Amino acid sequence: MPDALDFEQPLLELETRIAALQADEDPVRVRDEIRRLEDRLDRLRQRTYAGLTAWQRTQLARHPKRPYTRDWCRLLFEDFLELHGDRRFGDDAAIVGGLARFEGRSVVVLGHQKGRDTREKIARNFGMPHPEGYRKAERLMDLAERFAKPVVTFIDTPGAYPGLGAEERGQAEAIARNLRRMAALRTPLVAVVTGEGGSGGALAIGMGNRVLMLEYAVYAVISPEGCAAILWGDAGKAPEAATVMKTTAPDLMRLGVIDDIVPEPVGGAHRDWDAAAAHLRDALRRHLDELTGRSGDTLVAERYEKFRRMGVVAEE
Amino acid sequence: MAWFRRKPEESEGAARKVVIQEGLWIKCDACKEIIYRAEVERAGRVCPKCLHPFRITSRERIGQLADPGSFEEHDAGLSSADPLAFKDTKRYRDRLKAARQKTAMPEAVVCGTCLIGGFPVVLCVFEFAFLGGSMGSVVGEKLTRAIERAIAKHVPVIIVSASGGARMQEGILSLMQMAKTSAALERLAAARLTYVSVLTDPTTGGVTASFAMLGDVIVSEPRALIGFAGPRVIAETIRQPLPEGFQRAEFLLEHGQIDLIVDRRELKDTLRRLLAFFADQPTPPA
Repeated sequence: MPDALDFEQPLLELETRIAALQADEDPVRVRDEIRRLEDRLDRLRQRTYAGLTAWQRTQLARHPKRPYTRDWCRLLFEDFLELHGDRRFGDDAAIVGGLARFEGRSVVVLGHQKGRDTREKIARNFGMPHPEGYRKAERLMDLAERFAKPVVTFIDTPGAYPGLGAEERGQAEAIARNLRRMAALRTPLVAVVTGEGGSGGALAIGMGNRVLMLEYAVYAVISPEGCAAILWGDAGKAPEAATVMKTTAPDLMRLGVIDDIVPEPVGGAHRDWDAAAAHLRDALRRHLDELTGRSGDTLVAERYEKFRRMGVVAEE
Repeated sequence: MAWFRRKPEESEGAARKVVIQEGLWIKCDACKEIIYRAEVERAGRVCPKCLHPFRITSRERIGQLADPGSFEEHDAGLSSADPLAFKDTKRYRDRLKAARQKTAMPEAVVCGTCLIGGFPVVLCVFEFAFLGGSMGSVVGEKLTRAIERAIAKHVPVIIVSASGGARMQEGILSLMQMAKTSAALERLAAARLTYVSVLTDPTTGGVTASFAMLGDVIVSEPRALIGFAGPRVIAETIRQPLPEGFQRAEFLLEHGQIDLIVDRRELKDTLRRLLAFFADQPTPPA
């Protein structure tokens, strides 16, 4: 079990012991012992992942082996053609997008993209887009609408990049404009929070007719570290902040912010990409099928009502 | 992203506090000059030496913009329900109570209808002193209702922002107010009604990244801090000091992000001219 998180250490120890026994010269002698340990491992695994805290889920959502947008594209679509650039300033590698086939139908795909190794991480700015990334997204949504294609987005970002160039080129405006663009989009939009849903940088491609969330994904108004630094004056209180902010998929379901939770294989999507993709494929098919055939007016009106209802207020 | 901070000790994003002594003189924190208080009040709370606009309350702002006696508040009875039962070092409920006592305001935005230069408008004004003008469910709901009311009455919308962004204590629900208000503005635009966004010091985070940057015309007060991320977060991210004037209104104007910088004493007249232009009517005399 490479890249084990701290709460996975007991699992790792068991796995190591089993592996050692399996290497034993006399397989018959240790067979019962292996079986006994495997049973224990199974039970421990179920127990560990059934009772994950918000912070543990955050760690899983950020797991370095978790599938990223281009992985999902490869796993879910028969064909994916990446398109580049915002036609204004540049091409932001932290947001990828393009044309894809999902079970035969044409869709426009958008998603945040993190890097796998150090070089790619830097090239993709750790999945933190600049304004040109959001403007590329807007351009692709325009394209989707013009040709009546549904849009599928994958959300996985620590947040929009807080830097000089981003501010100079209008990070806030780029996000705001996308929100208004999505509000008016006349084709179905299904957004999937696959990993980290980092604040406005996530929402900027997330105003779906349906918003789905992977079981261990998180979605929040600010990172737990940022919240902890501001409210406790100590970024080390991130685990507490994650808990009080209610960032997990079940929390967001209760708050009426998401429509569906997509199950992950035990231990998380990174353990079994194919199994994770199979679950997501089912969910995507179901939601796209339901939305297909609705008129542009209906889709816009339904999306408006959906977000119009969000929030809790007391009224005298 | 840090949208508001408990310790405003950094120079860039910090509140420019005016230490108002009991006497006749005050000190401008921007230029450090000692200035005559009555002169500041006469100028609409602008420093007569350096023209720095001091932060003012929503009531003062409405007084400066609305035709006398015309402002009628709506949805004043909305208050936060603490949907997450949020508690950090203090309970959110206690923070709300303290903010209500401090400001004598029920929430961080005041919305209503009024006349500006004789033109009927929906006017929404942020109260920065109320939890940093942060946007939670109530702020989002009040703005959305105000925009919907403008559509129903067929009048333009003016929002005067002063906000650190989304309110952390309502978590994801605060984030969703960005979507809600932006969607309402899309309807306003489809109804061909004007929206003028007025940015004042400071306007950052989720407020900037939603309705504040969606104005048909975006006006700012001089020197207002306007940005997506707060200056301290950016400085920590890039690990170098920020250039002089970064994220100030003048910087945004230079970078093509806003239309106009307007002195506070000219703001009402500018709004009047804009309203007259979009209404296709002659600008009425001041």
